[in-house]
Amino acid sequence: MSQAYAKKSVLWDWLTTVDHKKIGILYLAAGGFFFALGGLEAMLMRIQLMFPELGFVSEQTFNELLTMHGTTMIFLAAMPLLFGFMNYIVPLQIGARDVAFPFLNSLGFWLFLAGGILLNLSWFLGGAPDAGWTAYTPLSSAYSGTGIDYYVLGLQISGAGTLIAGINFLVTIINMRAPGMSMMRMPLFTWSSFVASALILFAFPALTIGLLLLMLERLFGATYFAVDMGGNVVIWQHLFWIFGHPEVYILILPAFGIFSEVLATFSKKRLFGYSAMVFATLIIGFLGFMVWAHHMFTVGIGPVANAIFAVATMAIAVPTGIKIFNWLFTMWGGRIQFTTANLFAIGFIPSFVMGGVTGVMLATSAANYQFHDTYFVVAHFHYVIIGGVVLGLFAGAFYWWPRMFGYKLNETLGKWFFWLFLFGFHLTFFVQHFVGLMGMPRRVASYLPGQGLDGLNLISSVGAFFMAVAFLLFVWNVIVSVKNKAEADPWDGRTLEWGIPSPTPEYNFAQTPLVRELDALWYEKMHGNGKLKAAEPLDDIHMPNGSILPVIMSIGLFIASFGLIYHVHPVTIIGLLITFGCMFVRSIKEDHGYHIHKEDIQKEEGAG
Amino acid sequence: MKNLWRALPFSFILLFLAGCGKQNLSALDPRGPVAEMQYSLIILSLLIMIFVIVVVAAIYIYVLVRFREKPGDNHIPKQVEGNKNLEIIWTAIPIVLLLILAIPNVMDTFTLAETEPDEDSLVIEVTGHQFWWEFEYTDLGITAGQDLYIPTDTRIIFDLEASDVIHSFWIPALAGKQDNVPGITNSLWIEAPEEGVYQGKCTELCGESHWLMDFKVIAVDPDTFEAWAQGMAEPSEELIEPADEVAAEGREVYEANCLACHAVGGEGGNPQGGPDLTNFAEREVIAGFIEWDADTEYDGEEVSALEGWLREPQEYKPGNYMPAFGHEAIDEDEMASLLEYLDTLRVLDDE
Repeated sequence: MSQAYAKKSVLWDWLTTVDHKKIGILYLAAGGFFFALGGLEAMLMRIQLMFPELGFVSEQTFNELLTMHGTTMIFLAAMPLLFGFMNYIVPLQIGARDVAFPFLNSLGFWLFLAGGILLNLSWFLGGAPDAGWTAYTPLSSAYSGTGIDYYVLGLQISGAGTLIAGINFLVTIINMRAPGMSMMRMPLFTWSSFVASALILFAFPALTIGLLLLMLERLFGATYFAVDMGGNVVIWQHLFWIFGHPEVYILILPAFGIFSEVLATFSKKRLFGYSAMVFATLIIGFLGFMVWAHHMFTVGIGPVANAIFAVATMAIAVPTGIKIFNWLFTMWGGRIQFTTANLFAIGFIPSFVMGGVTGVMLATSAANYQFHDTYFVVAHFHYVIIGGVVLGLFAGAFYWWPRMFGYKLNETLGKWFFWLFLFGFHLTFFVQHFVGLMGMPRRVASYLPGQGLDGLNLISSVGAFFMAVAFLLFVWNVIVSVKNKAEADPWDGRTLEWGIPSPTPEYNFAQTPLVRELDALWYEKMHGNGKLKAAEPLDDIHMPNGSILPVIMSIGLFIASFGLIYHVHPVTIIGLLITFGCMFVRSIKEDHGYHIHKEDIQKEEGAG
Repeated sequence: MKNLWRALPFSFILLFLAGCGKQNLSALDPRGPVAEMQYSLIILSLLIMIFVIVVVAAIYIYVLVRFREKPGDNHIPKQVEGNKNLEIIWTAIPIVLLLILAIPNVMDTFTLAETEPDEDSLVIEVTGHQFWWEFEYTDLGITAGQDLYIPTDTRIIFDLEASDVIHSFWIPALAGKQDNVPGITNSLWIEAPEEGVYQGKCTELCGESHWLMDFKVIAVDPDTFEAWAQGMAEPSEELIEPADEVAAEGREVYEANCLACHAVGGEGGNPQGGPDLTNFAEREVIAGFIEWDADTEYDGEEVSALEGWLREPQEYKPGNYMPAFGHEAIDEDEMASLLEYLDTLRVLDDE
């Protein structure tokens, strides 16, 4: 009886938590689940493309797979996984006890999850979206089934969650830094999370508007994209890419931040050219907004626009190059340790450079007419996203795992995982550059024999199996390593998050730390007693109360979506009433939080 | 000898690229001035990028070998802040490299956009449909489907349109692609100096059978093209009223079942319908991809690929708009005469 009660209370604890660390773990768990799902979709596609005219899945199913693979990986895997690390690590890195808006943080997560589940339910309820993750109109507006309705509403809900999270990080990083943590002393991961959050703030409204227009068109008969009614189908592409191009920087910048931390830590050196790195991050973020039309070179925007966007896009290579060379010179003269986390960071450099240079090739507008919408593009963005973001996620996972979960992942298994994954990745995607130039368009459900495409496609599919096996090895590692209890600072870290006990206390820092230099913990190790200096006396700590409202609000929107998809308006209204009702309750209910008392903190710190 | 070694990686990559892919399909084996221009840009960008990769790789390998942790080594490396001179160098050099690429690119972008027709050029209006291509030679008053005949050594200008969703018109060996966007007309020019059959593809996801939206570009000498255009504009009486008895029956079956969507010799068809069939029997393949001599099964019997296509078009190209013609619509005898009639649909004399 008492055990059942305890179990229920654990579940309740996770449903109502507003602790940034727990929400970070929730993001990792949900993102990891969707990552596996997106990977499964990828494997089904690679099986289908192993041999010409295979017929393993139908054309319709294939289009659904490619749409859901892209949508899932970008919106439901890569971004939430990065949010997981950002949520857990950023407040620790700046010496804060929580994010600025803990309630909103929880709401952001549950909205993302509700949107993700809604999107994936489409598999079982009449077909998944099938117009590509970019959902170009009019294919998505007038020539596709209900799958697109799930796409529109699922992404709208999860996009709202993302926007909320982005704003939260901006405010947190601006307002909640510990004394002495000036902007130019912030670790690079915090810096890149900050810039990525700013990109979210400006990019996601464009997606929101695009999705709103598409929703109005599909559900209420508007004609923004109906050419015979005076609409224009290219509007969608502009809105989508004004969001979509910054989106790739929203993904890659935090990954860059992870590499900066990992490479510095395992080279035992401070980051080379710190201020140049910060500056390059800002410039990349800015230019990311200026180049969206390079996705549209063949749409017919004219040679003047094509030339301008081509040159602007090439310009991004300059700050990116600065970063690459700074990383190389961070290692230069250092003492490089080949931990699994660092292997991922080291493996990232050549992989990402290859993805970067094909990006410059794609920016060459006149040659882009050959590359566009072929497997060359598929190869390019997988090199950037896997070679950059995914390697970054795994580097971050191995690096921060002890901090987040209190145990260390097995290094031997980790190294097997790394080598298998890296090998499989290059095997899969390197050949796709050639497949594309040899005449294979992207998003094709199959290909005809006798076109010279058979062999390379087979190689590519074999590579995908290596990646899948490698990922399973990682999952295995997560399970078997549970017993490897970790110490508080297993890597001889440099930044604040390693200066607190393991497992991380609920209140993070018993006393807010005083930051005296860049790489604050390292500075104390070199110039002090190795412990962070406190900026305040030990006192009671104020904590926010948990709340179930975010879950209920998300369920409300979830219900409303079904009402919209199936045109049952009472259901829509009920759903919206639930959500707005929660907002009302939240507004009028007084909630002062609670305190953790000084004595309890002393007890816990003494034990840790 | 030393120099040879240095050139080896480059020549290897060039060789590899040049030998890649099927003739007349691959962008790496250009057959016309537009594709050649794009190919040389690809090679230029590739060489610059290989240079970058080589520089990065050299530093990378050196660093990893030289500065890896040796057993028992516990020294604390010097905490270097940065180096202004180095940072200026690796900002300036990429800018120069990018300028080397950007200048020819901007020039080529404008050259490729020169699609004003002059008196010698041939304008063809290309319309993308789910999932086939329509080619209208506006000056010649001809409409053709799937097979795009062009004269060699002539500047061809395509005006690209779409009737339903966005498609993208790509003939890799002749030119890079442009999109067919509903409501917008894009233009593209090509020249084909050599006779031959070039493969074309749709590269914008356009629905279920996107992958089957292939077409053929048939470049013939200007005289043959003239003859073809003549045949298309004024097909022989035979096509409308076949003298052969079986074919005449087939014509009747065609009129009853196919005429509403498919035109022959300027008769029949509709703008939302299927491809023009005037030169149907001269097509390289059926429906853009089915080999003529392929056999298939329908209703337990072995039938020709064409009959299989007519009986069950959705099996071949899901999502297309052609209805299935089962036994109730066209019985065995009628089908035989229809196939006979369709086989007479030719406009060039040499079969």
